[in-house]
Amino acid sequence: MLIVQQIAFIILLLAASFIFYKKISSIRRNIFLGKDQDFPGDSSRRWKNVLLLALGQKKMFKRMTPAILHFFVYAGFIIINVEMLEIVLDGVLGTHRLFAPFLGSFYNLLLGLFEFLALTVLVSCLIFLIRRNITKVKRLSTGDLAGGWPKTDANLILITEVVLMSLLLIMNACDYNLQQLNAGHYTQTGPYLVSQHIAPLFSGLSEGALVAVERSAWWLHIAGVLAFLNYLPYSKHLHIVLAFPNAYYAPLEPAGKMHNMEDIQNEVLYAMEPDKAPTDVPADAPMPKFGAKDVMDLSWKNLLDAYACTECGRCTASCPANITGKKLSPRKIMMDTRDRVEEVGANIDVNKSFVEDGKSLLHDYISVEELRACTSCNACVEACPVSINPLDIILELRRNLYMEESNVPQEWMQMSNNIENNMAPWKMSPSDRDAWAHS
Amino acid sequence: MTVKTMAEYMAEGTEPEVLFWVGCAGSFDQRAQRITKAFVQILNKVGIQFAILGQEEGCTGDPARRSGNEFLFQMMAYNNIQVLNGYGIKKIVTACPHCFNTLKNEYPALGGQYEVIHHATFLQDLINKGKIVMKGGGAFKGKKITYHDSCYLGRANNIYEAPREVLEAMDVELVEMKRCKTNGLCCGAGGAQMFKEEEPGTTRVNFERSKEAIDTGATIIAANCPFCTTMLMDGVKNAEKEDSVQVLDIAEMIAQSLED
Repeated sequence: MLIVQQIAFIILLLAASFIFYKKISSIRRNIFLGKDQDFPGDSSRRWKNVLLLALGQKKMFKRMTPAILHFFVYAGFIIINVEMLEIVLDGVLGTHRLFAPFLGSFYNLLLGLFEFLALTVLVSCLIFLIRRNITKVKRLSTGDLAGGWPKTDANLILITEVVLMSLLLIMNACDYNLQQLNAGHYTQTGPYLVSQHIAPLFSGLSEGALVAVERSAWWLHIAGVLAFLNYLPYSKHLHIVLAFPNAYYAPLEPAGKMHNMEDIQNEVLYAMEPDKAPTDVPADAPMPKFGAKDVMDLSWKNLLDAYACTECGRCTASCPANITGKKLSPRKIMMDTRDRVEEVGANIDVNKSFVEDGKSLLHDYISVEELRACTSCNACVEACPVSINPLDIILELRRNLYMEESNVPQEWMQMSNNIENNMAPWKMSPSDRDAWAHS
Repeated sequence: MTVKTMAEYMAEGTEPEVLFWVGCAGSFDQRAQRITKAFVQILNKVGIQFAILGQEEGCTGDPARRSGNEFLFQMMAYNNIQVLNGYGIKKIVTACPHCFNTLKNEYPALGGQYEVIHHATFLQDLINKGKIVMKGGGAFKGKKITYHDSCYLGRANNIYEAPREVLEAMDVELVEMKRCKTNGLCCGAGGAQMFKEEEPGTTRVNFERSKEAIDTGATIIAANCPFCTTMLMDGVKNAEKEDSVQVLDIAEMIAQSLED
């Protein structure tokens, strides 16, 4: 009987790992559909960002309540994973609490810590569910998250975590009851910090029933964890992994700097100084593409950003355009980018390479009106706890609108004409530029 | 008011300590011209040898680049860098955060390497060196003042303290808005929005920001950007508070506080 369980467990573990690996590989491929980008600056500053922003969650602490609750869930998640090691080894080897005999009384202390963390995770997730569904915190319940998949996704994650933590505590509670009955196989470790208080709920059960509950909880917990692992790549919850590379690749230069377009820089240079123009350019050389129309025109960091977004909405809540009722929502820019790159990825899965589908990120996902509302104020960039830059995508799409489509509001056209002819965005005579000094 | 152009320095065979990049708003906008003149008044008073480019200066290209017109940006940058490098300019001060950002962060990749200082930092430095002496503690002593962080000085370039230290030197009572420093709310002008109508919404960005500033109870909204100044004045007017609330650039405040 035990060997059957072991084999079942190993098959489950291998299958879950394989499916996870396949999906992560396809996300990796999708991200690298983006263009290459330089990452200037020394790596010690990048590692510092990983420590401060990702591991230390520095920006989360701009809002204390969610920061503390999130920290509990995060710390719980990481530390409880140590216990996962024992659970997996028990499953493979057919043992029960493999580490207990080696660790002695320290084992009980360690389990107590895990249980305390499990409780804080459970309570925090319940509060998060309340904030989302009952008190309806604005950034978590309106706009892009008003309904549909994003709302379901968020609730599914929280409910799963509540269930997993409950299973862990139920399992330990039954375990303690079984220890008191001196049931075979159940190592005497003593009561655990939290579960001893729910143990009385199960004390009326027979030994057989207790074993059934304990084993069911054990199996459901580990199966749930593996299912959750495989849910990650389809969910906004992927941020728990991608926050780290995203912090590493966060720009180190001042946020106000827009990236240079060398093609155009050179074109202007050759127009001004024709002797510098290369003479060996073939006549049929492809025209460079300006700005971004679709996800393949963005950088791979932009696409990594899209997969790292957990839809918390801090960007949108701080966006001056969004605050004043405009259509623009930086969060939606990121969600749209991810949806489109997923669509392109699925297209590649079917056709081996991308087959034109008549759609693009610009227009089909993100409208001109959204792009036009941006003031380039960097509030969204500053607000993001995981170093996402929605502004970069907005400005790249604007470049495409202007230079590829000539899709420009009349007033901007006028502004450009003025800059070109009068060296100022207004219709003023260049010879009056220093008139102020003489008045 | 003494203002000399680079061409004049060149003709004399001398060099200024610093180039004052006036910018389009500072040159042409009537409201912003007052900021330009106030800053010149301070430079004159302190005895700093400065030059302007005069008619050789052109738009840095910031609004063109942010609206998506990279060609025009590159053209403007090319011309300006030719002029600046032609004069061998090393140090630039400007009262416009947009010019500051472009000159400091975007021109180096195009061959324009300069030490670029925003006037907030420049004024702070003069105060720290004891070069700016205010009459009787300054014209704004004890006045309730709120400070609006411009996006291009603040988040874009991480300068939050210099303008506040300038205000503190004038002994004002600084009241912060809830959205300040890294969380500061935009005035609505950036990203070339200054030059077009806002997209449809429930209110205007400058109305939202001006209301927040007015609600602090401050009688003066201090700014560091000619575009913010225009936007906030417009917002104050909309709230019908123009009689009780003034919008002033920190350079104007210092100029009014100088000893005669």
